[in-house]
Amino acid sequence: MTVRQLSESLALEVLSLPEPEREVCGAYAGDLLSWVMGRANADNVWVTVMTNANTVAVATLTDVSMVIVTDGSEMPPETLALAKEKGVNLARTKASSYEICVRLGGLLS
Amino acid sequence: MSEPLVFTFEVDGENFTSAGNASVAVKKKLRWLGFPPEIIRRVSVAMYEGEINMVIHAGGGVATVTVLQDRIDIVLEDHGPGIANVELAMKEGFSTATDHIRDLGFGAGMGLPNMKKNTDSMEIQTELGKGTTIKMIINL
Repeated sequence: MTVRQLSESLALEVLSLPEPEREVCGAYAGDLLSWVMGRANADNVWVTVMTNANTVAVATLTDVSMVIVTDGSEMPPETLALAKEKGVNLARTKASSYEICVRLGGLLS
Repeated sequence: MSEPLVFTFEVDGENFTSAGNASVAVKKKLRWLGFPPEIIRRVSVAMYEGEINMVIHAGGGVATVTVLQDRIDIVLEDHGPGIANVELAMKEGFSTATDHIRDLGFGAGMGLPNMKKNTDSMEIQTELGKGTTIKMIINL
């Protein structure tokens, strides 16, 4: 499944989608950045409530396919600008991390 | 490649949002040099954690990455307060980061363990009040 298809299926608010055709493989949920750094795999969708600029660096370095920001977490303009600059796929939803993960479980299995 | 490639970065201790710039730059260079994704990932994670540590605890420092024929060396050098108890600092979950840093999603006590996990060798030299030098090796 591609990032674009996933965004449509989950009715996400797309904030930055420089690589819409990127394939998604699995998912990881977490808000502690170091924890995510150590455990998220390349091509995972990363589900988090964190929106500070460091999340973009973590997304870039772990090579996740997309970041889904949950609970309608506020997105600082500098984070969004950085995501666009670094080519990070970024979307947001009002749903909780749990709800998104449940739906991801159905879509990605 | 006969001559080692050396990349040096100043890590700005004042600017938390720019932490990661050196790691991202190294990742790009390694990708351009054609290294396998898993090697690039290990170098990136280890270096990023080191960068974050230097910003959180040491007011910045210098990161040097050397690409040799059979390995990649990462040296992180700072003139911060030093690590009081290295054994404790190496434990997953131990952190001396402030609440502000925790609010940003750091301070999980995973930095040094992640660095060790992603490298083939890691050596910490530290002196209280003088600073810390961490040498990491990733074999190719």
